[in-house]
Amino acid sequence: MTMAPKREAYDVVVIGAGPAGLAAAATSAEAGLSTLLLDENIGPGGQVFRAIASTPVTERDQLGADYWVGADLVQALRASSAEVIHRATVWSLDRNLEIAVSIGGASAFVKARRVILATGALERPFPIPGWTLPGVMTAGAAQTMLKSSALVPDGRTVIAGQGPLLWLLAAQILRLGGRIDRILDTTERGNYFAALPHAFAFLTSPYFTKGLSMMREVKAKVQVVSGVTELAAAGDGQLASVSYVAGGKRETIAADLLLLHQGVVPNVNLAMSAGIEHRWDDLQLCWSPVLDASGNSSVPGIAIAGDGAGIGGANAAVVRGRIAARAAVEALAPATAAKLAPMATLRADLAKAERGRIFLDTLFRPSPQFRIPSGDTIVCRCEEVTAKDVLDSVAIGATGPNQLKAYRRTGMGPCQGRLCGLTVTELMAQARGKTPQEIGYYRLRAPVKPITLAELAAVPKSEADVKAVVRG
Amino acid sequence: MFRRSEQDKRPQVQIFVDGVAVAARQGDTVSAALLASGRDARRSTAVSGAPRLPYCMMGVCFDCLVTIDGVGNRQGCLVPVADGMQIEIQKGKREIGR
Repeated sequence: MTMAPKREAYDVVVIGAGPAGLAAAATSAEAGLSTLLLDENIGPGGQVFRAIASTPVTERDQLGADYWVGADLVQALRASSAEVIHRATVWSLDRNLEIAVSIGGASAFVKARRVILATGALERPFPIPGWTLPGVMTAGAAQTMLKSSALVPDGRTVIAGQGPLLWLLAAQILRLGGRIDRILDTTERGNYFAALPHAFAFLTSPYFTKGLSMMREVKAKVQVVSGVTELAAAGDGQLASVSYVAGGKRETIAADLLLLHQGVVPNVNLAMSAGIEHRWDDLQLCWSPVLDASGNSSVPGIAIAGDGAGIGGANAAVVRGRIAARAAVEALAPATAAKLAPMATLRADLAKAERGRIFLDTLFRPSPQFRIPSGDTIVCRCEEVTAKDVLDSVAIGATGPNQLKAYRRTGMGPCQGRLCGLTVTELMAQARGKTPQEIGYYRLRAPVKPITLAELAAVPKSEADVKAVVRG
Repeated sequence: MFRRSEQDKRPQVQIFVDGVAVAARQGDTVSAALLASGRDARRSTAVSGAPRLPYCMMGVCFDCLVTIDGVGNRQGCLVPVADGMQIEIQKGKREIGR
């Protein structure tokens, strides 16, 4: 059942019900602030705790202990006074902290004194030849289906890429009796040396033993090819084969399903559309918001928590959610902040949760050839624009992603650059001999998700609104 | 491409895909139900007519666009199935008026 927000204004509005949003909303409500949590999905959990309240996977070991942590967060939220609305798509947030949200085909507006954005991450684009073919999906997509519908790959399945999620997904698929024919590991060999100086922190982090045992579990059952330097999907209207180069040798294997993954990046659309300053992160190779230690952004009143604040993983996201909420409580109702965990404790928790992250970022830094495509490889999936198209536009004067829209419509399809933005920035930066920071990103604006004109026209209007656009 | 794990004990929900009855499970998204059905659920793009299937399953890629109960361009990965739901595989762009 979907319903509009009960009030027109709240102390705190949290956007996104993943680890950071769940923790932030519960914390804010616990301190007595009127709190609204808006989330686009059917139920709580975000991506990492996807379907935590409804998963048909009943054998707990199959999803792992880290997944079930989410159930405690949901319980804490439900025990709180926070109002929660699912299937609610926020399509606008502005500097006045006014939020437009589409629920069940109608839009509502709410005002907040503080906004905590917990819109999380999405998988980094993986623009290889053939990545738009039916049968090619992200690893996260397969994991979503596994968690929410207990679906596992059945046909000839290849998993390609790198990063912790790839191994977790492989282990989960095998535990549920799914099929994986081959894993193609694209981790660059040089990264192992680059990551070495950061190894100590990682070895003493919880990621290490968990990661190692998961890789062992998978490698015992699946052929793993490491050092993959080229990757392509092929087929006529449907994936038929995957070809790759490893150790200088090319191989082609028949496949029905190819699952791609090379890490996650902040989902910046809503934050950028609100005018929040972002900077290019040279280590994580993505845009990250400029934030203070409490998650406050360059727009007064808007904080960002979770992976949207820079990739830190689920544990860090929970703590960042609590920190952002505590900061909101300190600002709005300082007397009640004493009820909450002290900031010093939270900051210590965060440092612990972020331990080992630099090692992972360095080790799993994706190779240039998997980030910056060439030739006929599609860059913008929506408008079907290739790397060559982008480079041709640069050759005749396109200077950055926003000019490129006029040449090629890149980023102007329904996904609004989510699947091409990073690629376009890096591709144009390389072509023009500039840094990604200099090249910049798409200028994002509301609505950050498509809504119909009918829905927009049905929005309640004040006299001032009408006067602003009607002559006479 | 995908099959259901035997431990899935959720109740069945009947949906219709291009008029044909398809068994889904309560809690499936439209996209998950389509991929689990084994049917050819490929849409075609508005730009070139190229065939596509869902890519991200989390609401960001828009490759799951589908017509649900007469309304086009819905993100199938964000909409839960309901008994009697009418789904049409969308070919090309959304038609005016639906």
